[in-house]
Amino acid sequence: MSESPANGRLLEVTGLSKSFDGVPAVEDVSFDVQRSETLGIVGESGSGKTTLVRAILRAIDPDRGTVRFKSSQGWVELQDMTAKELIPLRREMQMIFQDPFASLNPRMTVRQIIEEPLIIHRVGDAAERFEAVRDMLAHVQLEEDSLTRYPHAFSGGQRQRIGIARALILRPNLVVCDESVSALDVSVQAQIINLLEDLQKELGLTYLFVAHDLSVVQHICDRVLVMHRGRVVESGSVGDIFDNPRENYTRLLLSAVPSPDPDVPLKPLDRRELGL
Amino acid sequence: MTDTVLKVRDLAVDFKTDLGTTHALVDVGFDMPRGKVTAIVGESGSGKSVTANCIMRIIQPPGRIIGGTIDFAPEAMDPFEITSLGKRDPRLQELRGGLISMVFQEPMTALSPVYTVGNQVAEAILCHRKVGRKQAWKEAAEMLERVGIDDIDRRIRMYPFEFSGGMRQRVVIAMALVCHPEILICDEPTTALDVTIQAEILTLIRDLQRELSNSVLFITHDIGVVAQLADQVVVMYQGRVLEIGTVRQVLKTPVHPYTKGLLAAIPGLAPKGEPLATIASVVGDTDITKPYPMITLGDGRQVSLPREQVQGVAG
Repeated sequence: MSESPANGRLLEVTGLSKSFDGVPAVEDVSFDVQRSETLGIVGESGSGKTTLVRAILRAIDPDRGTVRFKSSQGWVELQDMTAKELIPLRREMQMIFQDPFASLNPRMTVRQIIEEPLIIHRVGDAAERFEAVRDMLAHVQLEEDSLTRYPHAFSGGQRQRIGIARALILRPNLVVCDESVSALDVSVQAQIINLLEDLQKELGLTYLFVAHDLSVVQHICDRVLVMHRGRVVESGSVGDIFDNPRENYTRLLLSAVPSPDPDVPLKPLDRRELGL
Repeated sequence: MTDTVLKVRDLAVDFKTDLGTTHALVDVGFDMPRGKVTAIVGESGSGKSVTANCIMRIIQPPGRIIGGTIDFAPEAMDPFEITSLGKRDPRLQELRGGLISMVFQEPMTALSPVYTVGNQVAEAILCHRKVGRKQAWKEAAEMLERVGIDDIDRRIRMYPFEFSGGMRQRVVIAMALVCHPEILICDEPTTALDVTIQAEILTLIRDLQRELSNSVLFITHDIGVVAQLADQVVVMYQGRVLEIGTVRQVLKTPVHPYTKGLLAAIPGLAPKGEPLATIASVVGDTDITKPYPMITLGDGRQVSLPREQVQGVAG
């Protein structure tokens, strides 16, 4: 994604830090996100990627730093807002979770699950909401008879479609995908990745894509942040990061990916030799 | 001595529940060459773990082996058939953890939280061999060092919760290898680990296999892992085997439409900006749920397809 002025910035994160009981989880992280791009956030477990996106969305409160978001009302600073002030902004920032088994209420029908965000944000009357739900269902390619059924009746891939529909029903600008395709089988994963890319084009979405699977990131992202011990150690376009990594930590990560070609042997770099 | 360590034929497993009977395995058959790595690759529900559990005879009710044979030809004793062993047959005890051992996805399912790691590795030795405690601890320490645990005098007295996920999996591998099993079964042993730790564990399993030249059955959904470890590949789908061949045959020139789809769906291989191929789009009109008997092609690979469809393919 080029940084054309037509797109413009959607998010500016500056000096964001968060620690838990004195242990730093995210330290001094700064980056920008352009509208309609997909920014990947990669790193090992414990590198701070989930804490970072949670602090941006104010699911947790950051200790220091600013998060500027271009809302429909203009630029706002999220880090100091009260819970009440954040409510209207939540319509514009949504999250798609990893585990479609854990993130859907088993006692709600698919219709209730997808409709609930509209009710919470008092959007439309009952007829308009139902129309919006049916429209969203078509977007995520689920059959209309799904509406009266419960999550347990669906496969993992279908549940993830329900989770996506719930996240997108409010027509957000910024969508955080936290390991959203990690729990899925390869064939289903391919379908959900294609769906996310189609929806991005149709609805003009901006994705923050947190993932540990580098081949998925390489496919779906425009730019990538590499995190290590709470800090961004390298950022750049997907091409730069994957073909020409500058930092040792990025090289370590890339060297660890097993190639699907049996003639390209796995030769992971040694953490200690790299001084990491 | 044959060069096939394990011969699975027509293996069938049903899970009978109130909702009906699920055929978890249908006529599964493959050979494991001795001293090589055989990978079973498939998605969830393909039956790859059920197959491994049959070999260890740890299928839990309502699952039941309803047919087929598993012929095991260990070097240490006379060959025997695994599915017909009685519950009290001493060979069953010999088999589990002695002749064949298993590494699971989640290391904490194999480790007890209340014993030190040294204790648990030493116990595996004491269960299967007539050695004293002191000797068992000595061998446990040696094996733990061999799987890459350093500072062994201190670490051997530590508990699993004091170890990271990757270190725990190393302990489980030490436990599995300490009795010198003839077959090591690895059921998604790196799926729960970070990619960097996965790479360490994969190279460890690869190096140890070359060093000990034992036979390995590696179960995974990850084609990258298959490519790096396997000599031979068995592709499973919905309880059936669809294709068997060498790693290069299966990954470089797949014959079965499902195998082709599985490979095409890997994100790293698709050109950027284009949608990924899905298995459904690659498979097209072929009904891959329809069972066909395995046909052996000219190059030695086996594939479950109608005969007319494989004529002229790969020789």
